[in-house]
Amino acid sequence: MKTRIVVLGAGTGGTLTANRLRASDRGDQLHITVVDQDTRHVYQPGLLFVPFGLATADDIVRPRAKQLHHGIDFVQSPIDHVDVAAKTVTLVNAQTLPYDVLVVATGATLAPDETEGLADGWGGNVHSFYTLESAEKLAIALRGFEGGKLVLNVVDMPIKCPVAPLEFCFLADWFFQDRKIRDHVELTFVTPLDGAFTKPVASEHFASMLADRNINLVSEFNTGEVDRFDGKLVSYDDREVPFDLAVVIPLHSGQDYVGRSDGLGDDLNFVPTNPNTLQSLADPAIFAIGDATALPVSKAGSVSHFEGDIMVENILRYIAGRELDASYDGHANCFIETGFGKAMLIDFNYEQEPVPGHFPGRVGLPLMKESRMNHLGKLMFQWFYWHVLLPGRDVPGITATMPTAGKQIPATPITEE
Amino acid sequence: MATTTVAGVTVDVSDDGFFTNPEQWTEAMAPELAMADGIETLTDQHWQVIRFMRDEYFAKGTGPTVRVLGKTSGVTVKELYQLFPKGPAKIAARIAGIPKPRGCI
Repeated sequence: MKTRIVVLGAGTGGTLTANRLRASDRGDQLHITVVDQDTRHVYQPGLLFVPFGLATADDIVRPRAKQLHHGIDFVQSPIDHVDVAAKTVTLVNAQTLPYDVLVVATGATLAPDETEGLADGWGGNVHSFYTLESAEKLAIALRGFEGGKLVLNVVDMPIKCPVAPLEFCFLADWFFQDRKIRDHVELTFVTPLDGAFTKPVASEHFASMLADRNINLVSEFNTGEVDRFDGKLVSYDDREVPFDLAVVIPLHSGQDYVGRSDGLGDDLNFVPTNPNTLQSLADPAIFAIGDATALPVSKAGSVSHFEGDIMVENILRYIAGRELDASYDGHANCFIETGFGKAMLIDFNYEQEPVPGHFPGRVGLPLMKESRMNHLGKLMFQWFYWHVLLPGRDVPGITATMPTAGKQIPATPITEE
Repeated sequence: MATTTVAGVTVDVSDDGFFTNPEQWTEAMAPELAMADGIETLTDQHWQVIRFMRDEYFAKGTGPTVRVLGKTSGVTVKELYQLFPKGPAKIAARIAGIPKPRGCI
């Protein structure tokens, strides 16, 4: 009998996992079923470009089932719950899928309802760009914006793609210069973090990039309310930031069905997972990848890509009864669009924060430095996403674990006790 | 790694004043730690949060975020900001003698 593998979610992590398993040596001994609530695969990094008229829905959406290799079943239905003890998934369409191995790849969901003033949806003077519909509405609002206070607000971490808010600010600076009204626009970045980013070296670098572009930085701001009538953000400690147009990145949670699945998730419905093997802590037969996990890594496609390499190997080892490979190191990297046809690249893992240098080796794309090459890299990446990453092909020169060769890593200072 | 003296006892702390060894903490230290963060009196509600922080730390290896505190500690986020102004998760962690919450990446 074939080994039954159920993959929940046909986004980046679910698709590449199913395809890699299918293409593995054991592929024809596996019965792989992928479940998703809808049929539309959105290239999420592209959402950043939509508000600025640099990409449209047609450019970034493809059918989910088409991205799966021949021989993989696709079921469209929302998920009701997972019964961890019985090893079954119950779908909202009443179908029950028994599994030998379950992969949780259902990502993160947005929870605007949890912030006062965000329950009424996007539009008017309060927008977002983390869904296709909101990004399209924002594009219209930005085209019609003639000047005033534009505020980019991150409500709380974690969020998908932690650099996207910065990129939005950099692109907004470019966009309004291009429209010749930059002098009439006051740009402010409002974040709950104590600086521009989570990691010290990069945080300092980004803070000076914001200052160079005349973008205000308001830090340690924990948004309690978005007041669209008076046009102001109000923090829990009663500070206020006024706006004419607010672009808000709302709270993120894991999926609701995780909360309905006894033992699978944590308080925010993310899935506690072994940081090195990607096996769920709930049950050895469950693995988790990407934004759905509770791991202290960025919620980003590159993370799913690197995790996928190791998780797929571990699923095959689990089926064969072999010891798992505990080699995932938290590797993440991201291109950061900085406007005017340039971009930066950062590369890091659980232990190593982003530093300058080159990637993937001593010769390569510059790290933490704006360049045209990185911008071209970011544009090319979309092709690479559909044609290499999702199909599960290996990329020459790119490894799941973080390379150190090109990085300017400071020697650990010797401190005296 | 540095050390400091709280309630007459020498303890290990990080550069930003968080305990690196939570076993060294005792309840007698909390009022002095709170004072350093500008909190004059610890009410029952403060103690509810402090004990919750320590339970979470020992159960999960890191202190909870404000959002998780608001969902699970029995104290709302708004109240948390009144109890521990500026940064409830950070300040409560410092007073509860646990390392700085890892927060997010």
